[in-house]
Amino acid sequence: MCIKYAMPGTYIPINYLPVAIIMLISSLIGLGALVVGLLVRPRRPYAQKLYPYESGNPPIGDPRVPFNVKFYIVAMLFVVFDVEAVFLYPWAVAYGQLGIFGFVEMMLFIVVLLVGYIYVWKKGAFNWE
Amino acid sequence: MNTEVGISLRDAIPFIPELVIICTGLIAMMLDLVVRKKGPVAAFVVFGTLVAGYAMCKLNGFNEPQSAFLNMFILDGYAGFFKLIFFINLILTVCISYRYMIIEKSSYGEYYSLLTFATAGMMVMASATDLITLYLGLELMALSTYILAGLMRNDRRSNEAALKYFFLGAFSSAFLLYGISLTYGMTGTTNLNEISATIQNLNIAGNPILFLGLIFIMTAFAFKIALAPFHMWAPDVYEGAPTSVTAFMSVGPKAAGFAVLGRVLFEAFGSMQVQWTNILIPLALLTMAVGSIVALSQTNIKRMLAYSSVAHASYMLLGVIAGTPAGLVSTINYLLIYTFMNIGAFAIVILLRSEGFQGQDLDDYRGLAKSNPLAAALMLVFMFSLTGIPPTAGFIGKFYVFMELINADKTYLAVIAVAFSAISAFFYLRVVMYMYMKDSDEPRTISCSPSMNVALAVTALMVIVLGIYPEPVLNYVKTVVFG
Amino acid sequence: MIKYTLIPLLPLIAFVINILFGRNYIRDKAHWVAIPAIVGSLLLAISAFFDVAGGNVININVYDWIVSGDFNVSAGLMIDQLTAIMLLVVTICGTLIFIYSVGYMHGDEGYYRFFAYLCLFIFSMLVLVMGNNFLVMYFGWEAVGLCSYFLIGFWFNKKSAGDAGKKAFIVNRFGDFGFGLGVILIFLTFGTLDFVGVFGQAGSFAGQTINFLGWEVDLVTLICLLLFCGAVGKSAQLPLHVWLPDAMEGPTPVSALIHAATMVTAGVFMVARCNPLFIESPIAMNTVAIVGGVTAIFAATIALVQNDIKRVIAYSTVSQLGYMFLALGVGAFSAGVFHLYTHAFFKALLFLASGSVIHALHNEQDMRNMGGLKKYMPITYAVFIIGTLSITGIFPFAGFFSKDEILWRAFLAGDMGKFLWLLGTIAALLTSFYSWRLIFMTFHGDFRGTSEQEHHLHESPKVITVPLMILAVGAVAAGWVGIPPLFMEHGDKIGEFLAPVLGHPSGHGTHAQEWFVVGISSLVAVLGGIVAYVMYVKKTDIAGKIASAFKPVHALLYNKYYVDELYDTTLIQPVMKASDKVILGFIDKTIIEGIVNGIPNVIGVFSRKLRTIQTGVFGSYGLAMTVGALCIIGYLFFQR
Repeated sequence: MCIKYAMPGTYIPINYLPVAIIMLISSLIGLGALVVGLLVRPRRPYAQKLYPYESGNPPIGDPRVPFNVKFYIVAMLFVVFDVEAVFLYPWAVAYGQLGIFGFVEMMLFIVVLLVGYIYVWKKGAFNWE
Repeated sequence: MNTEVGISLRDAIPFIPELVIICTGLIAMMLDLVVRKKGPVAAFVVFGTLVAGYAMCKLNGFNEPQSAFLNMFILDGYAGFFKLIFFINLILTVCISYRYMIIEKSSYGEYYSLLTFATAGMMVMASATDLITLYLGLELMALSTYILAGLMRNDRRSNEAALKYFFLGAFSSAFLLYGISLTYGMTGTTNLNEISATIQNLNIAGNPILFLGLIFIMTAFAFKIALAPFHMWAPDVYEGAPTSVTAFMSVGPKAAGFAVLGRVLFEAFGSMQVQWTNILIPLALLTMAVGSIVALSQTNIKRMLAYSSVAHASYMLLGVIAGTPAGLVSTINYLLIYTFMNIGAFAIVILLRSEGFQGQDLDDYRGLAKSNPLAAALMLVFMFSLTGIPPTAGFIGKFYVFMELINADKTYLAVIAVAFSAISAFFYLRVVMYMYMKDSDEPRTISCSPSMNVALAVTALMVIVLGIYPEPVLNYVKTVVFG
Repeated sequence: MIKYTLIPLLPLIAFVINILFGRNYIRDKAHWVAIPAIVGSLLLAISAFFDVAGGNVININVYDWIVSGDFNVSAGLMIDQLTAIMLLVVTICGTLIFIYSVGYMHGDEGYYRFFAYLCLFIFSMLVLVMGNNFLVMYFGWEAVGLCSYFLIGFWFNKKSAGDAGKKAFIVNRFGDFGFGLGVILIFLTFGTLDFVGVFGQAGSFAGQTINFLGWEVDLVTLICLLLFCGAVGKSAQLPLHVWLPDAMEGPTPVSALIHAATMVTAGVFMVARCNPLFIESPIAMNTVAIVGGVTAIFAATIALVQNDIKRVIAYSTVSQLGYMFLALGVGAFSAGVFHLYTHAFFKALLFLASGSVIHALHNEQDMRNMGGLKKYMPITYAVFIIGTLSITGIFPFAGFFSKDEILWRAFLAGDMGKFLWLLGTIAALLTSFYSWRLIFMTFHGDFRGTSEQEHHLHESPKVITVPLMILAVGAVAAGWVGIPPLFMEHGDKIGEFLAPVLGHPSGHGTHAQEWFVVGISSLVAVLGGIVAYVMYVKKTDIAGKIASAFKPVHALLYNKYYVDELYDTTLIQPVMKASDKVILGFIDKTIIEGIVNGIPNVIGVFSRKLRTIQTGVFGSYGLAMTVGALCIIGYLFFQR
């Protein structure tokens, strides 16, 4: 890694300069668009215009209804096993180089997840009712 | 082939204690599905912890540091001693909680698994020589403790505690990650030794961005060990959480926080000692003041102990501030002593909790000396120790920390600390006064159990033994931790 | 040598076992734990005694308590000649009292607790006498005080017992405070707390002065006086004697243990132990002697008219302790320790025998309700007579030799010594009178108690009488190790034994003078007995007549010179009022409640701010964290 510095204590990470520039530009563009829109657009609000858009139908009730907690459990389980799958792909690809350690490591990972799987199953997280 | 990756199965050897603990947790989880009573689960956890402790001693990490996983993990004397503290903490917590969790109607098997997982997280923290492993351990510990804090599902305060702890903990994790990324940005590495080397090679010890990174990292640690002004979660969470979890949390995460604080500050940022000492001194003073003064006005014993634990964190911090290996030894010694006396004090709080009786209020301690002389005497010992009255262990802990401060030419800090511990005597001794000098007509039942008796006996014995005969442990810490 | 650490450890272990398992498992078998422990200590003490007699002074550093740079505090044991004698006294009396307690405390609900406390007490006392530095001694000193609180207040359901325990504890605090200051001053002066180190340097500090509250004070004198404060409290000398008679509320074995063998002798032991310091300071020595002499006579006069059997003996203890301090003060350290040793036997005997009487009468302690017990309790009567002969100093009983030694040494010590001798001799006369009065009131005449009590009168069981008989042997023979040269050349074995530690007393007199002292003291001893016999057996109405003739004097003595009342009005009441005002009115109401109600007055705005921050709203907590982090950043960046 190439690090340049001029004087002790005044080191600036030059490699990150492009990142800083990108961040600066992108925030400028975003802010600029909003500001320009604010200045240019006509403002004539009326009731229909302020109505929430719901596929052309008139909205019924408050959109922020509490979801059933069961959705969250399912979502959580989905994420966990999704991560497992994501992790398995690169492992499978690099398996040739990982050797026995890679195998043991992945088995451990799967066993841990398996224990979790058994646990949630027994606890009835898969039963909707 | 393996050379390319650089990790082999051999790397798992220093990691065996963690593996044992994690397996213990997993098996306990499975066991819980099969058995109805939670006794076997608790017993299994204790057994697994003992096996892990045995494995650690067998690995001989105390003599020869063994690093693994591309220098991301190390088992050395320092980590080993902290792990010992975690094991003691875990076993004692299990001992004091079995009966209590039944009374609280929250006796879930998950409780024991989560305690184990949290301990595994702490162990990884103590052994981490890389900011990434450190973060991994910290999150494992934190996530487990969030759930533990909210274990009493039907108790509003417990839920509130868990939620607060979770949000603020996430907040502090963000601080930590931000600090890590800044540090990485400046040094190009997350390995503690390499960070130190880079800082010296590039001579960037005075760099403001690196400095910012250090501050953020320390902020996160300060949150974990509850230093003011990052302590705000502690009283609410300690009060709301189940008492046994409070006992666990007031020792384990704090010790783990000190483990990483010591390692990160001394190993990675050793060349920035002046700067971090300058950060820690005001933090320590503020913490002492907040902990000691606000504790005075508490009438809930758990909340009082929460502030007391805040204050104690500041005394431990003084050893780090001394900035010498001997100072760090005094901190570690203090932590060990604190483990015993604090869990002991919480054990008495738990003892008073029985069906239909909270026993958390100072008033509940009226006349305890008459109705339960032994319990009162034990509480007396723990309170004396927390105050730091000889010949209890608390005195030894404080004494060495203050002595190291004086040796490091920071006498003024020692004087202030002594003054604040004198203030703290007031609220500790108030408990004693309530027990011994006030009368109560109410009949009182205490919830004894064999495991509780064992825990109380061990803690009280250690508080007294370490107070009367502290040399072996101190020498052990000195030789083992710092060669 | 390290085995001698077991001497204190055995009772400690017994204590731990009893206190932990006594309630549920051991219960009325507590003595099976306690007695083997003390017997073990006794055997080790005997072994240690022979070691020391063979010329070995044992001084072992058991471990270092605190080591930090130059600051080094260690715990160690020292067994020299003085300690060896003390060990024997403590363990022998302790063993007998333990055995006696088996019978005396039989059936008490706190049986296990009693033995646990006894063990702890013995442990503390052994630590006190075995320490090789002032810190260990101080630890033992405080622990003894604490245990005495437990033991005196053992029957805590009885209010008077609890109060007596508190009184003992609080009065002792006054003395201990001085002792603690003395220890601190020793450390500051000598830089060490080791006996060897301190006493080795004692000579080089003689005559040095320090500025104390604006006065130039002789350093060694100040140290000695502070230490003596502690001795005055612990050994119940004027003006801190008030706790000891009240301490009779404890069970009788406790009285015997505290007043014969252990706690009260701690002060005498300490002064004897510090003799290299005390001899550097004539002022301190004179103070010790005068306090001792005055206490001896003061307490003896009170004992003349008391009616409670244990109180008479308690005041007698105070008086005898005065004798010991008198001896120490005139430089006759070995005579003081010798008297301590003989006193342990006959005083333990008297206490335990009175306990036997009290036991037989079902906790009756008033002598006016006794009388004529001679025929019911022959053994108790016999040992009581032996004890009395010993305490009054009749040849050849133990008390004769030690008391005579003290009076003789006092007689030799200059003009003030003559005066002290006179005090001592008068006290001996009084001692003889009240001791015989006790016997005659208790054992002679007709029984004056209720008929139900009379019906139950019986001799005590063997477990009580056997220790009494053993102690009686001691009360007869214990003095034979200190026969003055007047009677036998090289008879003063104990003086020679103790000489390496306590030195030889100075002063020489003629044989004629010595015969004079011996003669006078024997004469007054007999005289006191005869007067008592006349007043309480022959013409029993005389006592009453004298009492009414000298009513004010009698009242003064009966009420113990009104010292308690004096303290009550001058110290306790004002302090209580002040504490009511200050603690309840100010501290409790203002400070504590103030703190509880938000600390509005004391710490003010700062604290209120602190509390308002702790709102419970976690958003504000997060804000606090952020602000905190920003403050650190700001602080550091501005600092640069």
